[in-house]
Amino acid sequence: MLQLVLFNVTNGLIIGAFYVLMALGLSLILNLSNVINFAHGNFLALGGYIAYILVPFLGFWGALIVAPLITAVFGFVIERLMIRRVYTRDPVYSLLLTFGLAFIMQDACRYIWGPNGLPMTIPDSLSTPLSADLFFITWYRIFMVAIVITAVTGLFAFLRFTRVGIRIRAGTLDLDTVAALGVNVGMLRSMNFAVGSLLAGLAGVLAAGQVGLNPNMGDDLLMPSFIAIIVGGVGSLTGTLCGGLLIGVAGALTTVVWPAASEAVIYVIMLVVLVLRPRGLMGQEGMMS
Amino acid sequence: MNTATTTTTVPMSTTPARPWLTGVIIWALLLSAPIWLPMLGGYTALAGRVLVLGLAAMSFNLLLGFTGVMSFGHAAYFGLGAYGAGLTLKYLAASTPLAILGGVLLGGGLGTLFGLLISQRRGVYFAMVTVAFGQIAFYITYSWDSLTGGYDGLRGFARAPLNLGFTTIDITNNSTAFYYFLLIVFGVVTGLQALLLASPFGRTLVAIRENERRARFLGIPIERHIWMSFSISCCFTALAGAMYALLNNFADPMGLHYSLSGEIVIMTVMGGMRAFWGPLIGAALFVVLQDYISSMTVNWMSFVGMIFVLVVLFFPRGLLGMLQRGVGK
Repeated sequence: MLQLVLFNVTNGLIIGAFYVLMALGLSLILNLSNVINFAHGNFLALGGYIAYILVPFLGFWGALIVAPLITAVFGFVIERLMIRRVYTRDPVYSLLLTFGLAFIMQDACRYIWGPNGLPMTIPDSLSTPLSADLFFITWYRIFMVAIVITAVTGLFAFLRFTRVGIRIRAGTLDLDTVAALGVNVGMLRSMNFAVGSLLAGLAGVLAAGQVGLNPNMGDDLLMPSFIAIIVGGVGSLTGTLCGGLLIGVAGALTTVVWPAASEAVIYVIMLVVLVLRPRGLMGQEGMMS
Repeated sequence: MNTATTTTTVPMSTTPARPWLTGVIIWALLLSAPIWLPMLGGYTALAGRVLVLGLAAMSFNLLLGFTGVMSFGHAAYFGLGAYGAGLTLKYLAASTPLAILGGVLLGGGLGTLFGLLISQRRGVYFAMVTVAFGQIAFYITYSWDSLTGGYDGLRGFARAPLNLGFTTIDITNNSTAFYYFLLIVFGVVTGLQALLLASPFGRTLVAIRENERRARFLGIPIERHIWMSFSISCCFTALAGAMYALLNNFADPMGLHYSLSGEIVIMTVMGGMRAFWGPLIGAALFVVLQDYISSMTVNWMSFVGMIFVLVVLFFPRGLLGMLQRGVGK
């Protein structure tokens, strides 16, 4: 029993880690640009496929670093070409735009790499289990969690200590004032979008190593990421972080007692939060309005 | 460089020179569809889909176009309406009116309850919460195999002939008769919607859309109005969903998926969300384009995605919006 619980908690933390990477990127874009990026799951898939191309040339470690960067550049270009055109319009247009992008990107991945799953090779040193007792924990899983922790720490340090990061946080609170102080807000939003895409791309590479690649690989993560944001509280990145881990672990623990409800439980958590604490666990009062 | 954080809405459409003209043309086309559609290579079921999805989009537009609130989960109420109708026919009674009632009660009821939770929210947050709720409905329908048929959808029911007391109309096998039955329901519902929008309640919704703060200063209970608008919109959308189940004799879990929600929104925007008939025009365009594209290429998703992107970037006012501006000049 203990092993079963431990197994599921580990699983939950890993799934939660993916939710966190996705949701933090979504949350960054939502907070600064007021855009829900429906294509975020497709940026994740794109990151995975780019890594798939790069592995033969750069090896897994090189791909792990380069693929997210290329995804970020791609996100930057998409933002510059399309998304920034709809910032001043009714929010319905930005939703429709990213919605259409999601269709196009998913179909493009299917067209280029085929509809079937592709495996991605990871180094042998990572694919061995920790020990015979803990056979379900491979080094790759430990490694994934370590990378996610590093990335999240890096993100928070970036937002705290760099000039761009501080401007992004300031822009989240009051974009007009930031603009009035002479910051190029358009560029700031583009860079912010690139950072969000970078996180999605990183999650894509990690997911590809764990479960392989397919054109829809990001779709299952998109909705839980929305819920992580709603549960954690819109406007709070720390909230998003906690929300992602919470629903990941809750889903996995439910698998122990009632496997059929493991997916339902995250929706239940969302409803409970919406009823009891509408602004989310760490959301600011009025941010959701 | 654009730095504004406040979102400006698309400008109000000017009143068309002949407001009744669009309605007359549309009704003439709809009434004669079984005659001219086969000549153009269409089929009556396609016209039925246009009517049903047009009705869903028009019901959705009560919220988006006339209350200024953006739901991105309307497929949930559409799909719940379809399942409500299907389950009624399969397990309760072989009666078409009861099936429609069952669909409206299921979809509209759940929508009304959920509306209570979200009437405080605005903008993209409203959209995000409605998407998530839509996925709950999708997920439950998808997983409740024994009742709903799960992934395969709900089968094993058929629309029943209409019993009017003095006569019985066979809408089961005669597709033209069913089309006119659809058209009558469509006419009644859109008539109700037009009355609603012309009523003080409808004018209040438009006031909220135009300036929520000013409407609040006038003493209008904003949250209650948005909740009622949401509830009414969900009931009508569920009715459209029930008609969809009757049209196909089948209820599909993908009818609750958020991709359909997105399609309902794009139909509305494509036709013109500030125009009463806009969503119907958009639905007709979208359904015909989708039907055509998916018969031409396996990469239809890219083309549908392109429709989204092109409409947003180049035709944000929609077809009727552009026509009306042209007349107004």
